[in-house]
Amino acid sequence: MRQLTKPANTALDEPQGQVGEAVAHDSAQRHVTGQALYVDDLPEPRGTLYAAVICSEIAQGRIMSMDLDAVRQAPDVEALLTLADVPGENDIGPVFPGDPLLTSDQIAYYAQPIALVAARSEWRARQAAQLARIDYAPETPLLDPLEALAQEALLRPSHQMQRGDLDSVLAQSERQLQAEMHAGGQEHFYLEGQVSLAQPTEEGGMLIFTSSQHPTEVQMLVAQVLAIPFSQVTVEVRRMGGGFGGKETQAASWACLAALMAQKTGRAVKLRLPRQQDMRMTGKRHPFINRYHVAMDHAGQIQAADIEVIGDGGHSPDLTDAIVDRAMFHADNAYYLPQVRIRGHRVRTACVSHTAFRGFGGPQGMLIIERAMDDIARHLALDPLDVRKRNLYGVRGEITPYGQKVEQPILPLIEALEQSSDYRARRQEIRRWNQAHPCLCRGLALTPVKFGISFTLQHLNQAGALLHLYTDGSVQLNHGGTEMGQGLHTKVAQVVASTLGIPLSRIQITATRTDKVPNTSPTAASSGADLNGKAAQAAALTLKQRLTEFWAEAQGVPETSIQWSQGQVFWGEDQALSFTELVQAAYQARISLSATGYYRTPKIYYNRAQAQGRPFFYFALGAAVSEVLVDRLTGEYRVLRTDILQDVGESLNPALDIGQIEGGFIQGMGWLTSEELVWNDQGRLLSDTPATYKIPTISDTPPIFKVALYPCPNPEASIYHSKAVGEPPLMLAISVWSALRDAISSLSDYRLSPELDPPATPEKVLWAIEDLQRRLGGVA
Amino acid sequence: MIGFFLNQRWIEVDDVAPEMTLLQFLRTHLMHRGSKEGCASGDCGACTLVLAEPVKKGQGGWRLDYRSLNSCITYLGQVNGCQVITVEGLQAPDGRLHPVQQQMVEQHASQCGFCTPGFVMSLFALDKEKAKPSRLEVEEALSGNLCRCTGYRPILAAAQGLTQQPDHFTQAEAQVAEHLWHWRQQHMGALHQEDRAFLQPRDWEEWQQSCQAHPDARFLAGGTDLALETTQALRAFSLIDLSRLALLQQLRCDEAYFLIGAAVTYQQAHAFLTQHLPLLAKLMPRLGSRQIRNAGTFGGNIVNASPIGDTPPVLLALEAKLVFWHQGQEASCQMTDFFVAYRRTALPPSALLLRIEIPRPRLAPGQSQFQRVYKVSKRRDDDISAVCLALNLTLESGRILAVRIGLGGMAATPIRAYAAESALQGQVFDQAAVQAAQQALAESCEPLSDVRASAAYRLRLVQNLLQRALLEYEQGHSMEVDQYATVD
Repeated sequence: MRQLTKPANTALDEPQGQVGEAVAHDSAQRHVTGQALYVDDLPEPRGTLYAAVICSEIAQGRIMSMDLDAVRQAPDVEALLTLADVPGENDIGPVFPGDPLLTSDQIAYYAQPIALVAARSEWRARQAAQLARIDYAPETPLLDPLEALAQEALLRPSHQMQRGDLDSVLAQSERQLQAEMHAGGQEHFYLEGQVSLAQPTEEGGMLIFTSSQHPTEVQMLVAQVLAIPFSQVTVEVRRMGGGFGGKETQAASWACLAALMAQKTGRAVKLRLPRQQDMRMTGKRHPFINRYHVAMDHAGQIQAADIEVIGDGGHSPDLTDAIVDRAMFHADNAYYLPQVRIRGHRVRTACVSHTAFRGFGGPQGMLIIERAMDDIARHLALDPLDVRKRNLYGVRGEITPYGQKVEQPILPLIEALEQSSDYRARRQEIRRWNQAHPCLCRGLALTPVKFGISFTLQHLNQAGALLHLYTDGSVQLNHGGTEMGQGLHTKVAQVVASTLGIPLSRIQITATRTDKVPNTSPTAASSGADLNGKAAQAAALTLKQRLTEFWAEAQGVPETSIQWSQGQVFWGEDQALSFTELVQAAYQARISLSATGYYRTPKIYYNRAQAQGRPFFYFALGAAVSEVLVDRLTGEYRVLRTDILQDVGESLNPALDIGQIEGGFIQGMGWLTSEELVWNDQGRLLSDTPATYKIPTISDTPPIFKVALYPCPNPEASIYHSKAVGEPPLMLAISVWSALRDAISSLSDYRLSPELDPPATPEKVLWAIEDLQRRLGGVA
Repeated sequence: MIGFFLNQRWIEVDDVAPEMTLLQFLRTHLMHRGSKEGCASGDCGACTLVLAEPVKKGQGGWRLDYRSLNSCITYLGQVNGCQVITVEGLQAPDGRLHPVQQQMVEQHASQCGFCTPGFVMSLFALDKEKAKPSRLEVEEALSGNLCRCTGYRPILAAAQGLTQQPDHFTQAEAQVAEHLWHWRQQHMGALHQEDRAFLQPRDWEEWQQSCQAHPDARFLAGGTDLALETTQALRAFSLIDLSRLALLQQLRCDEAYFLIGAAVTYQQAHAFLTQHLPLLAKLMPRLGSRQIRNAGTFGGNIVNASPIGDTPPVLLALEAKLVFWHQGQEASCQMTDFFVAYRRTALPPSALLLRIEIPRPRLAPGQSQFQRVYKVSKRRDDDISAVCLALNLTLESGRILAVRIGLGGMAATPIRAYAAESALQGQVFDQAAVQAAQQALAESCEPLSDVRASAAYRLRLVQNLLQRALLEYEQGHSMEVDQYATVD
């Protein structure tokens, strides 16, 4: 037998990469050298075909006739695929039915897929796709969410949460306000577009390389579309070039189409969407129309709140039910509402099916209560920060409208930020500055975020991991989460390193694969590290326990005397051997060196019929102060400074967490400022390229941008008492929108609250200014 | 045939489609997949790489000029006689990371990593250009690189840590440059496939021969817009690249005019504009992105005749004249007569724009000039105008002697605001005059509503921009938000 590798001496000064250390992203070196491989970078198997999608040119109506002969006869074309070629299920709706993969009849949205062509090059396939001749009987598309609601065009039943006798309080109150606002959607604009490579396997199965946040769902849908068992489909995701929710359900179509074409031709097939098609064909953040009606006392404390949120789900349910639920769960944000009713509607329009996007409805829900806070402050001539503080959970009550107790107060975090950002002094300075300037005005706002952590669909709150120890002391780690840039693999590896007391460099993280860890949940809802970290920890603990028992028995010492640290295992008085030596000894003693780990989140439940429960394991807290400068003549503005304090519990990796906070904030700022989705009256997206849809660039990052972590371990037993960080920071950007409203309000000496629907483009800012000035004329 | 260095490796190519982009060639022919395609339209920068061009130094010897480019909208033929530097080539021969790569790792400046190669290459070009760049210089250099993950703060930190350490490119620079220089002397760049060609004439004679051989060829002057016909509309055509024609590269002044060759890129003109044409210089940071400014040309921007092109409003306000070659001789046309309809110009078919001539200001004693250019867009950097207004006033004792106003985004073509000019002409530059001009704008402009702005907003903008100009005239300093949003 070949001898086992001689154990290397573990250098004690080797970087350990344990939990809490700011180690670099595991792929950082590969990112900067171009060696990190994305699906489109993988070498194609010999004979690979390239596919292009033929899609509808109307938003609503029927296909009358289809002439695809020219497509079929175009140079280098090998195959054409239509609905008739789908052997299995054509509906790939992830939760509820309603998402046909291909259509030959009804058209429900602009750019709906109709056929797929495969050619010997991408260029030829795309050129061929242009040759399709399709006649339609177009209908007037239903695009207005309010009209859809009036017609009861609902994707799912409406839902309601209520506490107390709201109506009588509202009826009797002297001080009342109400308003309606529209919040725009958002294009994900992951830098890597949708792409899949499907490779037939010898047993009639399929191996799929895809850029998906949900490999298990891709596996299931590909199997169902092909009419083969799940076990014959393997899906691999090494990394995504950004996801943000846009690859939770929206990656599946392209994997299914590539698989169908691969099955039909017996060859590998790659399908990569051109950017414009990607923007036209995939769902976006839901546009919402929200309303509030509140009663408050003289100090601005809300007595009663009636809130209604209307989510525009597009043509199919997709994840809209859960997204509107989350908007409802966050329509209180950080504020206690004594008497409250929250209603949520899911309307159907002739649009792409709107989908998950970082925050998952939470941001849209929060906007309405944050708007109410500002409006109340203007109405009562109070500082908006004072109104916010007086209404916080912990300052007043602790029970949310859905019955969950808010156990951690948020006031201390807000006050810490108020101090560190010098809010009060800057408020005074800005008032003076605004009075002196002829055409510019500054605005300031501090807004909090309280974000519920857990999938609200209970069964998704589970995860698995697979851990192998090899006899050279190296470790291979696999888990069900996917890497989209957030550093999940790094964090989970740090958890395993800490659990086994070995340096991070020993751990090889491998691509997420459905044949290694089965039946996984999407990497979404900020849950990646919480769930997969725990599962990987469980696997590591299983192995650690197994080896500890073995060594304790071999040495005749109690298990409790054995300690694992810095790549060594210590026992007795001062005896030690290296981790590798222990692994080799265990191998020779025929101890299994592989284990799975599993985790499910405790405590959570939600009774939908009663709208009561504990949907969230815990809340992630945070707050931001933003200062803006607005040009009264043009509506142009700049963010001058942002200060953030975010509660990530006991940070697993401060560098990665700060990266999530900064990135989430800027992405949220884009949603609320420059990112404007424009559809024409025929339901065609006009902002369908990066030339017309503008995400923030480097000069939009505030010149002063201070991010700090709030030092406070998670009271719940989360992984190392950390807190999730993926989504919550996005909503910190509401401070920018609120600061813009503050700047405009200054033109009325803070007496009037402006109408400024997000995205607050320069145009909308200017109209808000003019509207306010008109109202001011009316008041004066 | 074309020849170029890909990093340190010399490559010669002949039989490739003329519309092949550099990015496609790298990714599909050479399997160099470090450079990514994010949009294939020059808007995201994920495909950014660096092009080095040979420059002959005064006393013999050669050096290289480095510039970042979007390889997705660069045709392969354009890199003939250049060194193409990609992310795969940056590591030192012993495998050490290049300092820009090291900075990016240390600052945690990559998350999903897809945009990262592009950022690394823009930073590489910046590092070659500037030691210890300021924040503004970093923003300018990275204006064409989108990142959706990081929020940019760590990338700014990485950029500000650059120190221009010599690298293996420095070592090979003189040798590479000399090789490229001689290659250019010896070969005219050309690619042929089927009946189409990419041709890169080096002189007038080669240009005429090229036109005769391929009368249907498109003229290529940077290609930042033309290439979209290839990458978005999938069109194939022959191309005649104008970048090597010295006649179109001039940048000089004579007694009466400032002369800008039609194929001069925005970035090449940077110093010249700063010295002579401050109004154009002021616009430059807002024109496209750095990668676009490194490739796009004045001639291309004008002939393209987009109603929202960036330079025409300024050139209209400066009373520029266009000189072109037609039927064997030079002819000229005033800028004001050039744009005849949406995307249509007075340039005759097969004519070639040679240069732009901008009259030098002649101010009598006691006269002064007041010039402003304002571009308003949804996003500050790398966005297209909702409206652009260029104002050129000559004043004497507060009274307006001459006024020229150029507008973009206000009609189917760039226009002069004649009615507003009449309202201002001869008046004292004050509130009453501005109000009259605003009224004239309302009566004379009929802008469109589109994805960028509504007609009502566009009109209100041009009116209010005149108001802002007056405020700045009275107060003697800028009133733009950008002035306050910097930390340098």
